[in-house]
This record gives sequence, C-alpha cells and structure tokens, in this order.
Amino acid sequence: MDFSWLSDPFYQKALWTGFVNTLWLVAVSGVCGFALAVSFAMIRLRGPRPLAMLVTGLTTVVRGTPLLVQLFFFYDGVGRLLPEIPGLRESLIWPLLRDPFFYGALTFTLSVGAYTGEVLRGALLSVPEGELAAGRAFGLNRWQILYRLWLPRAIQMCLPTLTGELILLLKSVPLVSTIALMDLLKAANMVRDETFLVYEPLLLIAGIYLALTLVLTSVMRLIEHRFPGARPVAPKRRRLLPG
Amino acid sequence: MPSDHSDGLLEWLGPILQGALVTLEIALLAYAIGLGLGLLGATARLSPWRSLRGLGTAYSTLVRAIPELLLIILLYYAGSQALNALLAEFGGDTHIEISGFVTAVGVLAFVQGAYMTEVFRGAIQAIPKGQLEAADAYGFSRPTRFYRIVLPGMLPNALPGMSNLWLILVKDTALISVIGFEELFFTAQQAAASTRDYALFYALAGALYLVMTLGSNALFARAERHVRRGQPST
Repeated sequence: MDFSWLSDPFYQKALWTGFVNTLWLVAVSGVCGFALAVSFAMIRLRGPRPLAMLVTGLTTVVRGTPLLVQLFFFYDGVGRLLPEIPGLRESLIWPLLRDPFFYGALTFTLSVGAYTGEVLRGALLSVPEGELAAGRAFGLNRWQILYRLWLPRAIQMCLPTLTGELILLLKSVPLVSTIALMDLLKAANMVRDETFLVYEPLLLIAGIYLALTLVLTSVMRLIEHRFPGARPVAPKRRRLLPG
Repeated sequence: MPSDHSDGLLEWLGPILQGALVTLEIALLAYAIGLGLGLLGATARLSPWRSLRGLGTAYSTLVRAIPELLLIILLYYAGSQALNALLAEFGGDTHIEISGFVTAVGVLAFVQGAYMTEVFRGAIQAIPKGQLEAADAYGFSRPTRFYRIVLPGMLPNALPGMSNLWLILVKDTALISVIGFEELFFTAQQAAASTRDYALFYALAGALYLVMTLGSNALFARAERHVRRGQPST
C-alpha cells in the first residue's frame, strides 16, 4: 500500500473539491428533493386528477430506470439540445445550464422526489383520520392542518425510511464522476490514472464513504430520537429515575 | 432531420436490443448467485458461532455502506487480479483476459448478496420459533427443516424485499457500462455518440429498462400471491 501521493497538494486539492462537491450535491438534492417529494405526495393525494396522473407517470419512469441513464439523458441528451433554443445562450441562466453540477443536482432532486414522494404518500395515508378531524374541529385551515399536523405526523412515522433514502442519495453521488464533475470518485480516478495505483485511492474514498454513511446515520438517529412525539429512548428513561 | 433520426435508430435498434438481452442475462445470473450468497450470509449472521456472525455482519455492512459504482470498479480490478494470480499459480504464464461477462456477473452478485443477506435475515427471524421447535420435535433433519419449514415460512416475508432487490439489480447493471462492458446502456451510449442523437438513444435505453422493471413487477406480484396462498390477506 502506497499512500505517498496523499502528500501531493494537487491531489489533496482534488480530493477536497470532490469531498465538498459530494456534500453539496447531497445537501442541495436532499433539500430540493424533499420539497419536491412533499409536493409530489400532496398532488397525488389531493391534486387535480390530470396532474396526479402526470406525477404518477413521472414517478414510475424515474423509479423504473437507472439513475445513470437519467443522468446521461439530462446532461448529454437535454444539455446538448439546449444551445439550439434561440436566446438561451445569451440569457442569465446559461452559466447554470453549462455547469455539470446543475445536471447532477437536477437528476438527484428528481430521483429523491420520486422515491421519497412514494414513501411520504404512504406515510401521509397512514396518519389517522381522527387527528386531521381534530385539527378541523380546532378551526385550523387546510394549510395549518398540513404543516402543523399532517406532515409532521407523516414525517415522524417514516423518518427511519427517510434515513435510508438519504444514504441511498449519498451513495449515488459517485455516478457524477461519469460526467465532467469532480467528486470523490473522479478525484480517485485521477490519482489512479496518474500514479498507476489501483487500490489505494479507491480504498481511501471507500473509507470516506463508510465514514460519511456512519456519520449521516447517527445524525439521523439523533433527529429520530429528538423528533417531537418520538418514543423516548432507553437512556433518557433511565435518567428520569432518581439517583 | 427526421429521416436521419429514423436511419440511425433502425441501424442501432438491433445492437441495442442485443444489449438488452445481455443485460437481462447478467441480471438473472447475478440474481441467482446473489440469492445463494444471501442465504449463506443470512445463515452466517444467524449462526451460533461468533466469528461466523462477525464475518456475515462485516460483509453485509461494508458492502451496503459503500456506493455500488465504487464497489464495482474496486471489485473489477481486485477480481481480475485475483483470478489472474490464481491462474498464474496453476497455469504458469497463461495471462488470460477474464471475460467481462464473468466479472460483471460476479461483481453484481457480490453486491446483491449483501443486500439479500439482510432481507433473508429479517425474513428468517420472523418465522415463529415454535414452528422450528415443532420440526425438531418431529425429528426433521436440518435440510428437511430448511426446505419444509424455513423456506416456505420466510418466502412471504422475503419476497417484497427480493422483488425490490431485483429491480435495483436490473438498474445497477447499467453501472457495468462504466467499466466498458457492452450491455444495454453501453450500446446506447455508442449509438448516441455515433449518431449524435443523445436524447433519443438515452430515452430509448430508459424505455427498455422501464419495460424490464415493469414486466418483472407484474411477475413478482404473481409470485407473491402464490407464496401467500392460504394466508389471510393483509
């Protein structure tokens, strides 16, 4: 095992950029994807029928095709057609449309929206009807019921599944190494190409991913336990006992 | 121009369908091996021996925590190097190129087995202990107990997870294209690059994957009805 390349500032910088990009992708697609998932779930439960059917179709396609194919479709396929739209090249959003990060984030956001949307829809459906009726009885309007009762209760129910979805998102980030975006895998591939070391860079980022997975899982566990209305965990109970 | 599009499409349709077949073959083989690995892993994780339990846990935890693409690249190199070392041991200087097909199947099966381990472990644990004790009381041998009690008892619990993993596997076969193996997506990429109709060919590849996943969904739904026969509907 030869890790001497790690002292090269050039590789350090590449790995750091890859690390930051990985975290950014997870954060951006996680947040935007979750917002999209909430809207998808609500549209399918309460939205007008044509729109609901459209979302159902989109969900089926996203969940039924490989993420890598979707990424190439947006980056290589749609991305190459965009310059043919007159006026787009001169517009303000053009720099964004040239950035591979945008296509990565777009693909992942859509994916999180589709997968998590399904999870949320199921959770929203399993919130007892009586709790929503109680909200109405207290004179809450529809939005207040959604934001104060329905959604928090649903999220509370499916939080462990959401943790799983977040880890899946983290683990799909290396796909962007196939488009021109520097992530951890791309950095490792660069090291591999230049130093002819096969295992060291790959094992290093495998270790980083392992650590990231563990950190994210424990952060989410913490959130699960702190979430309002969550069942008290064993250590907390013990603290309630005197002495 | 429309005529150009249809020319390229006609020319590439054959190879792409061929690629779809290869994808299905890889997925089926990897799934079969993954099922076996999963059973082994679950047995290890539930075994009374501590070291075996540790091995099973390490396998399923490590593989599930590392991104599939990274694992595929890593195992691709490690696997071919190990096989070549093995061949060198026996066959002297016969440095042969291991077929991409074998590597693809092996790598996907290894990853699949880790996820399958967890599915089977949960399903086996859900079997009421009394049923196993009854089998022991009747003097069932271990293999008979497995085939008559454990397998039919766990299948209804395992099948939803198994169907999920099959869908993930079909989609993961696209990752094999990254190491340059000619399956559906790799062929689609070649078609896209040569005709410059990127969106068209990626959409076509996506549609073919969709046909596979939706088709197998229907099959798994039937299988689930079969293994749940005689059980109260949930």
